[in-house]
Amino acid sequence: MPELFDLDRVDQVLEKYRGEEGALIPVLQETQNIYGYLPEVVLRRISRSMKVPLSKIYGVITFYAQFYLHPRGRHTIKSCQGTACHVRGAKGVLESLVRELKIEPGETTQDLTFSLETVACVGTCFLAPVIMIDQDYYGKLTPKRAVDVLKKYSQRRDGKEASR
Amino acid sequence: MRKLSSIEELVDLQKTLLEARDPHRPRIRICMTGCRAFGAVEVRDAFLKCIDEKGLSGKVDIVETGCHGFCARAPVVAIDPQGFFYQQISPRDVPEIVQESLIEGRAAEKYLYKDPQNGKPVPLEKDVPFYREQMKIVLRNCGQIDPTRIEDYLVRQGYLAFAKVLSSMSPEKVIEEVIRSGLRGRGGAGFPAGQKWKFCRNAPGEPKYVICNADEGDPGAFMDRAVLEGDPHTVLEGMLIAAYAIGARTGYIYVRAEYPIAVTHVKKAVADAKAMGLLGEKILGTDFSFDVKIKEGAGAFVCGEETALIASIEGRRGMPRTRPPFPANAGLWGKPTNINNVETYANIPPIIHRGAEWYASLGTEKSKGTKIFALAGKINNTGLVEVPMGITLERIIFEIGGGIPQGKAFKAAQTGGPSGGCIPASLLNLPIDYDSLTAAGAIMGSGGLIITDENTCMVDLAKFFLTFTQSESCGRCVPCRLGTKRMLEILQRITEGKGELSDLETLKELAPMVKDTSLCGLGQTAPNPVLTTLNYFLDEYKAHIVEKRCPAGVCKALIRYEIDAEACTGCGVCRKACPQKAISGKPKEPHSLDQSLCIKCGICYNECKFNAIKVL
Repeated sequence: MPELFDLDRVDQVLEKYRGEEGALIPVLQETQNIYGYLPEVVLRRISRSMKVPLSKIYGVITFYAQFYLHPRGRHTIKSCQGTACHVRGAKGVLESLVRELKIEPGETTQDLTFSLETVACVGTCFLAPVIMIDQDYYGKLTPKRAVDVLKKYSQRRDGKEASR
Repeated sequence: MRKLSSIEELVDLQKTLLEARDPHRPRIRICMTGCRAFGAVEVRDAFLKCIDEKGLSGKVDIVETGCHGFCARAPVVAIDPQGFFYQQISPRDVPEIVQESLIEGRAAEKYLYKDPQNGKPVPLEKDVPFYREQMKIVLRNCGQIDPTRIEDYLVRQGYLAFAKVLSSMSPEKVIEEVIRSGLRGRGGAGFPAGQKWKFCRNAPGEPKYVICNADEGDPGAFMDRAVLEGDPHTVLEGMLIAAYAIGARTGYIYVRAEYPIAVTHVKKAVADAKAMGLLGEKILGTDFSFDVKIKEGAGAFVCGEETALIASIEGRRGMPRTRPPFPANAGLWGKPTNINNVETYANIPPIIHRGAEWYASLGTEKSKGTKIFALAGKINNTGLVEVPMGITLERIIFEIGGGIPQGKAFKAAQTGGPSGGCIPASLLNLPIDYDSLTAAGAIMGSGGLIITDENTCMVDLAKFFLTFTQSESCGRCVPCRLGTKRMLEILQRITEGKGELSDLETLKELAPMVKDTSLCGLGQTAPNPVLTTLNYFLDEYKAHIVEKRCPAGVCKALIRYEIDAEACTGCGVCRKACPQKAISGKPKEPHSLDQSLCIKCGICYNECKFNAIKVL
């Protein structure tokens, strides 16, 4: 069964930007803030309203790292892969997250608890190696401490349970 | 907030605010940006509570500032009027600081920075070695003011450079002044800013646009974030002056969405400037009108390139196009457009205020003024430093940066992020300016300065940068799309121990080709990390290829972990931490590691307190 979305809310966004040049990206950003990702029915609505072909919208979405075409986990983990983090062991941190959550970067755990992403740099190099979970920074991590941080967020006490 | 209707009103308001400020009134300046990650919010709350308890409410100001620069010591707090500097503060330290500094008027010694040379506490901010060697022009307000209060900016001569321009300078004279100052674009390429303005002013076509590139994408660079978070009005003032000089009515700030605090502060600054009549129609009663819109990036490194950034503002995929025509002639919506980055605009108000001669007297012959560097990596004093151009790398790393942690050996400094190069120890005396960095094979770039030590593998570092540029390549031109991919594959092979000496020749052949034929700066500079490491660290490449050995102990395929039975105490920490259950042993007896199970994750190495895990 297709999911139901409240299209009134995207209509409000479209109304706000009506007639503005170059509005596609802000429209997509605000729409994603509403639904958590960019569902197909919503994109079709945007396409019709803005008179922009769906193919072009898809091109824009897939070009930028911050747009998502699939539902996201409740918490987004951003594992920083910037230079400072790299030389201070970011790879080990990421690998340990991958092992623990049993998902690759770009994927979401089946129970929708976590989405795992890599980012080029979050600009807090003094915290290296750093991960961000939602809006919070966790710095100076080791592979083991990174996994410990996750436990705060998983609903069940055991981090391993949360990944199934 | 009252709307100002003339230049005189602005000058009067500035005077009134300044006179109302008591210089002897205690102020607690707390970094509320980067330091938040280390609990600055809790520290502020503790100060609020403690001040209330001691009956000091209304007698002390708590100023929530931007970055103080010394990020390694976060959270940091400074107390005026004395200028005491406290570091790595936790909420429970606050009562003692309030008692000693605010009530008794002396430094709370326990929380002061200790000079690593002699172990002596340094009471005042200005005497801390990290700050002592710096020259803060762009960062003059960062850490001093509350960036969300326009009044704080006005008190520090804010918008007076703009007032000077409006009241007494023609657009041509402004451009002439910026040209004479010698200011070069701080985004990386170092093109003279005044020339860029002149091209745009003289270009036919209306309307004209001014864009601030705040898409700071270089991994390891965070100075633009700090300026936007800590002093957003200085950027707006720089843009206003540029708009006046060029004849633009509309401006855009294109800011990375990964910087939520910066976005919030810039939005607030724009709203306040509008409310005060410093942005909008007929500014300060003159015929000059200018408005600023904020565009949030959506996560694409290549959008830091000016033509890609313009495409992104227009709502398209952020792909660069061939230049010419340059944006000065055909930019946003095909109209003449001036693009500078955050740091460049932030330099403008001091230049106008203090004059081109003053600015041109700083720095070297061809690189004027100061440059902000983001020090990070294997260095003690991670943080932001602003230094005059021409300072040597050695002074930045060892005097300001405090050297390499754990007494390890310095290996190389990487400037300019993925577009830059590695500078080896033999060039530590290199004066840092645009031209000498280029001559060394690196670039100034936006100012990221990553320090590496003996445990950093230079082949792996080159591979790291190429992985980045390869994945961020937009794919439009072949040399960048395929060239970086082929180069990356070669580096991959070398780090896996499958490289051949002929691979080095192929790299040397591919690199100049990618440099010379790529469409935009991303591809044109992507080979730099490979070329400089090949140039300065050829031995490391050869060790990987010929001896199948990674001298720094980084490349997984070429190393193995072993337990030193003599050092091992049998504490069991590694056994419990190992995700593969590859380590076994009885308590208090030396453990052993099963190589067939080991995935070389390095967890045991990190967790062992006795240095019993060896990398071979």
